[in-house]
Amino acid sequence: MKLAYWMYAGPAHIGTLRVASSFRNVHAIMHAPLGDDYFNVMRSMLERERDFTPVTASIVDRHVLARGSQEKVVENITRKDKEERPDLIVLTPTCTSSILQEDLQNFVDRASIASNSDVILADVNHYRVNELQAADRTLEQVVRYYLDKARRQGTLSQSITEKPSVNIIGMFTLGFHNQHDCKELKRLLQDLGIQVNEVIPEGGSVENLRNLPKAWLNLVPYREVGLMTALYLEKEFGMPYVATTPMGIVGTAEFVRQIQSHINKWAPMFLGKLVDYEPYIDQQTRFISQAAWFSRSIDCQNLTGKKVVVFGDTTHAASMTKILAREMGIHVVCAGTYCKHDADWFKEQVQGYCDEILVTDDHTQVGDMIARIEPAAIFGSQMERHIGKRLDIPCGVISAPVHIQNFPLGYRPFLGYEGTNQIADLVYNSFTLGMEDHLLEMFGGHDTKEVITKSLSTDTDFTWDSESQLELTKIPGFVRAKIKRNTEKFARQNGVAKITVEVMYAAKEALNA
Amino acid sequence: MSSKQVPDTLTFECETGNYHTFCPISCVAWLYQKIEDSFFLVVGTKTCGYFLQNALGVMIFAEPRYAMAELEEGDISAQLNDYEELKRLCVQIKKDRNPSVIVWIGTCTTEIIKMDLEGMAPRLEAEIDIPIVVARANGLDYAFTQGEDTVLAAMANRCPEWIQNAQNNNDQDQAIQGLMSFFPLKNTKLSSEPTLLSNHPPLVLFGSLPSNVASQITLELKRQNIHVSGWLPAQRYSELPSVGEGVYVCGVNPFLSRTATTLMRRRKCKLIGAPFPIGPDGTRAWIEKICSVFGIEPQGLEEREAQVWKGLQDYLDLVRGKSVFFMGDNLLEVSLARFLIRCGMIVYEIGIPYMDKRYQAAELALLQQTCEQMGTPMPRIVEKPDNYNQVQRMRELQPDLAITGMAHANPLEARGISTKWSVEFTFAQIHGFTNARDILELVTRPLRRNLSLEDLGWSALVKRDKINLV
Repeated sequence: MKLAYWMYAGPAHIGTLRVASSFRNVHAIMHAPLGDDYFNVMRSMLERERDFTPVTASIVDRHVLARGSQEKVVENITRKDKEERPDLIVLTPTCTSSILQEDLQNFVDRASIASNSDVILADVNHYRVNELQAADRTLEQVVRYYLDKARRQGTLSQSITEKPSVNIIGMFTLGFHNQHDCKELKRLLQDLGIQVNEVIPEGGSVENLRNLPKAWLNLVPYREVGLMTALYLEKEFGMPYVATTPMGIVGTAEFVRQIQSHINKWAPMFLGKLVDYEPYIDQQTRFISQAAWFSRSIDCQNLTGKKVVVFGDTTHAASMTKILAREMGIHVVCAGTYCKHDADWFKEQVQGYCDEILVTDDHTQVGDMIARIEPAAIFGSQMERHIGKRLDIPCGVISAPVHIQNFPLGYRPFLGYEGTNQIADLVYNSFTLGMEDHLLEMFGGHDTKEVITKSLSTDTDFTWDSESQLELTKIPGFVRAKIKRNTEKFARQNGVAKITVEVMYAAKEALNA
Repeated sequence: MSSKQVPDTLTFECETGNYHTFCPISCVAWLYQKIEDSFFLVVGTKTCGYFLQNALGVMIFAEPRYAMAELEEGDISAQLNDYEELKRLCVQIKKDRNPSVIVWIGTCTTEIIKMDLEGMAPRLEAEIDIPIVVARANGLDYAFTQGEDTVLAAMANRCPEWIQNAQNNNDQDQAIQGLMSFFPLKNTKLSSEPTLLSNHPPLVLFGSLPSNVASQITLELKRQNIHVSGWLPAQRYSELPSVGEGVYVCGVNPFLSRTATTLMRRRKCKLIGAPFPIGPDGTRAWIEKICSVFGIEPQGLEEREAQVWKGLQDYLDLVRGKSVFFMGDNLLEVSLARFLIRCGMIVYEIGIPYMDKRYQAAELALLQQTCEQMGTPMPRIVEKPDNYNQVQRMRELQPDLAITGMAHANPLEARGISTKWSVEFTFAQIHGFTNARDILELVTRPLRRNLSLEDLGWSALVKRDKINLV
């Protein structure tokens, strides 16, 4: 038993359901007690889904427990088959019902005889894997099922497309900014003249899975979900894959270069020439994306050496650490992830970009680490945002677990060149604004904890001489009032009636002392 | 249980379909706030924990008084000793939070692996010297709000014994002293029972209400010279009310049938079967019933009700003649439907996860009476409804409002059916005269939203071919 207050990754069945409900026309049946089907609530609420979530719980109650679930599960599968005519029905237990050790495979076999839909049992161990691992596994299972089927039926299309093309693997429902990322990736690929063959699972059709081998290569932008599928496709069909995350200027360039090298294996044959994406990378990096310019700008200069902590899933935490360290010159004191199953990869990635590494799924350890380091900003999940709130440290959210705030209506990708802009904005806005910070340091403090006088207005008017007035106007508007107040407070305390430039700076010194 | 019988003309259907409600462990979310010195330990799997943290929107943040005892593979396969494991966790909880009581919430998993929580609790309680209450709020047997029922039923067993005349009975006094050493209860409580001063037998109300609503209700009864000697649950575990033979009990929520049974059978209390104090009509009927049991003539109750109705007028104009469909979620459906019918609405269907016809008998009778009075047809009551079929029925009926669980709200809205989350009625203050307005505030919100967006002309926000698709 584990005393748990919070978890970063959900239970296995959530991963399975996220994959199943991302495909078009796939229905999932949960074999679960009442109340375990809250996935429908999450999807409906967080994604603000307009359609009914295609997940039905075949409820396990006392009666079912006494009689066995077979009849009910089979009946529910065949019923959904008739009601909605899905291409595929995925049956999944939850942590709870998996203990019953009922022969669900047998139910599935029986139900498939009576159904037009394909029926499969999601094959995951609910006590050994988490949401992300289960999603990875289920996606691979579905892909494998349909490619095997196509092979048996001889409908598998194995000849690759004439123009360079890719599959994007791992975009799915309830993902962190996945829909925006997907759009951005498509835009990037279009710029490069690369066709998008299939995107799975989000919006994909299981019937089209047989077309997967037509692509020249696979892209796995997030390593949490999709790697297993990519490995399977590599093994079975010799399809290469790129698992570099196109996050940040350097990461995106690396991603494009890897695609180029794979494409150039076929390019001479199909295109009659090699492709060269270097000019595109250069153009985007230096002139289109604002992020490279941002890191040269005076704003970012002020962020140099600021201490931060990064925590999240492996993909986002690793990418973010690298962006902060090598693209912005920010000092990452600690980089961490809750994906314990992928710890080795994570450590290898962030080595050299941070002082320490933390791999844990216990939020109290993360909280303690942040409290100890006292960074100027945190880049983490909603949990770290909360920790930051308590410690009064700003936090930019860069990773799942998701929250309604991670489903903005506007366009906010994290991947590609537009993603670099979003990230730069996020980083900049997370810190106390650079210039403001600088001026506040010069003129003493942000929060005047003591009030100057008890009443809201004061009778004593200070006279500012022309020089000090001029000096005051030089100070940017957003801190001017505060500095004026601080100076007047100092003057009041010292019985000075006329404020000169000297008084202003004496006030600054006094406050800094 | 109640003097009233279920009216013959009411028809119940049991669809035994696939329906969605929240898991009964969600009661933790409000009970830990209500019982301020408690700690709730949910003994379950990752699935349970993720539910509390995510779907309920209750993020387990800073200084929580509830946690998961997350069962891992070793626990399921009985490789680990349950007792030792729970002890380890409870000792840590005691050290970290020092609560007055730890409530173990059993889940489906503890049911299936037959973990003997009830057997372990007394042993551990004696060993670590902190009361442990066990409630089986599992989804195999219960729906959503019934979780509270399981907790209150368990706590009813822990209430101190009420003694008719404590001062004069030394034996019983000693018996109580014995109990005291076991439960850390305040000694002074029993001897100074103020009920002895009032002119009626002691009355204990059960059901968890926000403390200000509880005081409103207490005050409402005080106007009728009825003294409430205690609430189950109380603000603190150490202030649980005394119950026993001669004590009258009355529920404020329709989902507390087990608590009612426990109080009657195990604690020998007398149950006052009344409609529930939801809406001015229900509140009046509830107070009237209590008065009648105590032989008290209600004073100014009619005027009080009329005055509340008058105050609701602006909302009543909005809802009159509008139709509503309850998909069924929190077991408050019958009471809410009865109030809305009284407001002039037409209720097509009352879906409800579980219907205890005996405990709700008085409420059902009031529902029927209200329908007759308002000249509206009796709504159909569907127990364990099938959500898919309900959506089909809604397509036919096109209700002005669907009161529904969170999973269906957005899709129904997208198909042009206005919705209100049923869960909001669980968390909002809806009891008593004063809060009737809050119910209508919730009910009319989608209607008022529609009024302000009316001219825009886009109410169905899915493609035509998808409208029928569930």
